[in-house]
Amino acid sequence: MADHLLEVRDLSVRFHTAQGIVNAVNGISWHLDRGETLAILGESGSGKSVSASAIMNLIDMPPGEITSGQILFDGVDLLKKSEEDRRRLNGKRISMIFQDPLGHLNPVYPVGWQIAETAMAHGKPKDEAYARALALMERVGIPDPKASMDKYPHQFSGGQRQRLMIAMALVLKPDILIADEPTTALDVTVQAEVLSLLEELQEETGMGLLLITHDLGVVAEAADRAVVMEGGHIVESGTPRELYHHAQHPYTRKLLAAAPGKGEMRDPASDEQPILRVQNLQKSYGSFAALKGVNFDLHAGETLAIVGESGSGKSTIARLMLHLEPASGGKVLWKGEEILSKTPREMGPLRRQLQMVFQDPTQSLNPHMTVFQIISEAWVIHPDILPKSQWKDRVAELLEQVGLKPEHALRNPHQFSGGQRQRIAIARALALEPDLIICDEAVSALDVSIQAQVIALLGELRDRLGIAFIFIAHDLPVVRDFADHVLVMQRGQVVEHGTVRQIFEAPRQGYTQRLLAAGLDSDPDVQAERRSQRLALAATQA
Amino acid sequence: MKTMLGKRAVSSLISLFVLIVMVFFLSRLTGDPAALYLPVDASEEMRQNFREIHGLNDPVIVQFGRYIGDLVQLDFGESLRKARPAIDVVLEAFVWTLWLALITMALVSVAAIVVGSIAAFNVGRPFDRVASVLSLIGASAPDFWIAIVGIVVFSVSYGLLPTSGTGTVWHWILPIAVLFIRPFGLILQIVRGSMINALGSPYVKTARAKGVKNRPVIFVHTLRNAMLPVITVIGDQAAALLNGAVVVETIFGFPGVGKLMIDSILQRDFNVILAAIMVTAIAIFLMNILIDIAYALLDPRIRT
Amino acid sequence: MTMTDTSDTVRAEEDPAKPVSGLRRVIAMLWADKLAFVAALFLLVIVLCAVFGPMFLQDMAAKTNLRARNAPPFELERGFFFILGGDALGRPLLARIIVAAQNTMMVAAGAVVASMIIGSALGLIAGYTGRWVGEAIMRLADVIMSFPSLLLAVIVLYMLSPSIANLVLVLAITRIPIYLRTTRAEVLEVRQRMFVQAAIVMGASNFRIVFKHILPVILPTLLTIATLDFAFVMLAESSLSFLGIGIQPPEITWGLMVSQGRQYLTSAWWLAFWPGLAIILTTMSLNLLSSWMRIALNPTQRWRLEIGAKKNG
Repeated sequence: MADHLLEVRDLSVRFHTAQGIVNAVNGISWHLDRGETLAILGESGSGKSVSASAIMNLIDMPPGEITSGQILFDGVDLLKKSEEDRRRLNGKRISMIFQDPLGHLNPVYPVGWQIAETAMAHGKPKDEAYARALALMERVGIPDPKASMDKYPHQFSGGQRQRLMIAMALVLKPDILIADEPTTALDVTVQAEVLSLLEELQEETGMGLLLITHDLGVVAEAADRAVVMEGGHIVESGTPRELYHHAQHPYTRKLLAAAPGKGEMRDPASDEQPILRVQNLQKSYGSFAALKGVNFDLHAGETLAIVGESGSGKSTIARLMLHLEPASGGKVLWKGEEILSKTPREMGPLRRQLQMVFQDPTQSLNPHMTVFQIISEAWVIHPDILPKSQWKDRVAELLEQVGLKPEHALRNPHQFSGGQRQRIAIARALALEPDLIICDEAVSALDVSIQAQVIALLGELRDRLGIAFIFIAHDLPVVRDFADHVLVMQRGQVVEHGTVRQIFEAPRQGYTQRLLAAGLDSDPDVQAERRSQRLALAATQA
Repeated sequence: MKTMLGKRAVSSLISLFVLIVMVFFLSRLTGDPAALYLPVDASEEMRQNFREIHGLNDPVIVQFGRYIGDLVQLDFGESLRKARPAIDVVLEAFVWTLWLALITMALVSVAAIVVGSIAAFNVGRPFDRVASVLSLIGASAPDFWIAIVGIVVFSVSYGLLPTSGTGTVWHWILPIAVLFIRPFGLILQIVRGSMINALGSPYVKTARAKGVKNRPVIFVHTLRNAMLPVITVIGDQAAALLNGAVVVETIFGFPGVGKLMIDSILQRDFNVILAAIMVTAIAIFLMNILIDIAYALLDPRIRT
Repeated sequence: MTMTDTSDTVRAEEDPAKPVSGLRRVIAMLWADKLAFVAALFLLVIVLCAVFGPMFLQDMAAKTNLRARNAPPFELERGFFFILGGDALGRPLLARIIVAAQNTMMVAAGAVVASMIIGSALGLIAGYTGRWVGEAIMRLADVIMSFPSLLLAVIVLYMLSPSIANLVLVLAITRIPIYLRTTRAEVLEVRQRMFVQAAIVMGASNFRIVFKHILPVILPTLLTIATLDFAFVMLAESSLSFLGIGIQPPEITWGLMVSQGRQYLTSAWWLAFWPGLAIILTTMSLNLLSSWMRIALNPTQRWRLEIGAKKNG
């Protein structure tokens, strides 16, 4: 039966926690061959990373416990091997890279040494280890590799750090590379680059690649086969194409349905006076210009998406508009009135018209307040909205409006899941009955299926209450079904501005085209097409 | 790094100046040296004469100006009590305190780091529990009480150790042991927490995934990161010792700067008080710079 | 980037928070940490001694009895209050320790409360207002920090008379920087948090932001430090009294009792031993309670104790 390079059979792992025993994975089986890419697809809490940790012997026992199963590598059960034997395999024959490269690189040692350490830990002499490290840094595309050897992790960008992690994992040409959410924290264009680097390296070395991800697009782009996990079980497996077109399990179908960018695009039909005009908005930090003159208009009830990668200045626009930071220049006209120059006191009554929903609902809700206090604070600050006698009923009403229950009002935020917390944050914004809600990456911290639910909720509120939205996102597909207009930003400047249809169907600027081509589609066929577009673009623009 | 040191130097100078002003005026308010140094039956003429010689008749502000003027020339004046340059008296005592602090902190640091690390590897096991209880008792113990209990047990009952002075190695054991206890308890707790944190960190996971052996994982990857918060606490504790372990030095008759300061205050020996404060303040300043340098050596993120 | 929660529905199934009375909840959480429970119980006894002790035992603690001079401990023939022995003037040690609890606690509590209020108020100002005011306040803290605190105490206590009020004053001044620095650092961090930004976006006033959003977040830290600091101030007061420049007889504190017992070390060890033990047990209880508070006052950590409480009872 030793026909697979790596085979996990009937693996069950559980953890002893303060809240009792948690069964992380229950009797899962999968296999991986040389030169092949297997994706494990699942949302947070599905147990998708557990088998990888078990392979690498990274599960702390206790509290973890492997209750059943085998991990066969070259036909030998790893779970029966000694600690020392397993250490000898790690890094040499099986390597692993992680989601957050900054945290996973040791902050106090130079990266060259950290890469060479993999080789030295397995008995290679120092000279050879350093020579290999240098060669790999060059291979993964670190600029000026010789000088970079002596630099520290904090001196590189996010994408470069992930390249360094890859170099570190591949020093000894392992047979298997496990990549745990390798591109999740990266910008789309960087994500595409890292994925193609992994693919190239796989072709060169013939290694097996295990790709753990929550992203259907990553599966469509990179995987040969995939297994879908939910609640510690494998619910379905197959090639990406089979899964996409013939999904059997309801959970897989739900995931596919939740993937953004499939619905009808909206056509804005508004010709009234805009309620918001932003003119030549600027912000600089010292000599660094974060925002170099941004202009746009927004009509009542419309949705404008501002899209851009990290450092594009997209969130700065929101922060300046809401007086969270002083602007360096420009004007913001709200219903014809300039608001940037207003004093905090003058701004006070206007605040209720302009609301914001933040990225991370865990941090945007005060942990010391109950949901009731969080929502009703709006009326404490603006007492003219609602008399105190009606607060209780209105909180209940708002909670129902965002899909929660009235009895949730007495709990604290930490008793809710991420998606529920974001609903609370939306209810808080609604309590002020605003005309405009700015959503700053409001769904990017959420799982795909929850993301879809929250976006559906926002769309419903927009249609029912006629609220205008500014929707800030780094992810193009998310805004496709939701926005009327799209503003594409890069390095503090607007690159392109148009209706959603125009941006998605006929992008004019190279950057927009690259951004669209770099986005991953969950349909493997569409994705294959997109990949060739991306390569063509790279060829022409290089 | 350089600008950081520069800023630190400037703010320390300001602090030092304010300190001198406060101490000078506060200490003048505590009483008249003439009344203390001359016999009770000294004539008014003798008192007047004494004040004249030591410039105590001028307005306080003039005395202060004169003092600062001398200070700039590194002249701290005479000790009234010992009729010698105040700075000599202070430096003599300071050397004793410096040795006491150095030896104690060296022992404390080594012991706390070793015990704290072992406790961190064995969280929840007997060793960890014993270490936690010990550190708790250590951090809660009043030093004067430990000192006199120590004297009763080791010197009075068994006659093993001398109770005061600095003559032999044996004289140092009790003071060091007493000074050891509190910083040991405090630093042990910090080491343990910091080490547990570092052991659970993602980069340790990476090292394990690379196949690095256990020993280098602990001594190369974990320890250096875990030491960062520890260094700061060691610095604070060392500063407290350099200020003079007043109580311990008094109980054991140890001729250090803490005892000197107390004696000088009791006897209104202003020049010595001020010189002692200057010397310890400079010593603490230098030690803080050492801590900063150590921190920067360990953590490249500070350097750039 | 993904949330760590298991699913969107699991937690919603729990029954809504039951309104439990605050005190019962605190006791349940204390019970979950047995050491902290014992510590709290011990501190309660000490507080009761401090409040009611002098009322009932003042006379007994002051009455000299030449026949009971340096009476050894663990003998009941002279009465229960001689169980820990008698002092150099034949006064019962247990009664004296109970009476001395009042001064000891009063000085420490006074100093801690004063330094905490002044320090955190200055810290809030330094953290929330402009740079210049903040810088000036921080430099002031530096000066106090660089001043040997015991020395400051000695100088001030010589200048003024060594009364309880002055002792509190001196100790309070030396402890202000602790609260000031912590509060400022926390304010600088908390004001960047998103829920504070959300409150600003809603139009909340500065007053509301400071007192409703920032202070509740940093209060647990301050209380935890204050508990720890209470122990520290007690030790400092004991040291001063021990050196003879703190509380003066006939007033008594534990530190002074240790000091008075020092000259009888060879003949009657218990004179200095028992009050010292009282100090050590009290500071230890405060330390234990402080580490319990660190968890209990943090809403995201509190479940550890609540779970424990359920399991245990």
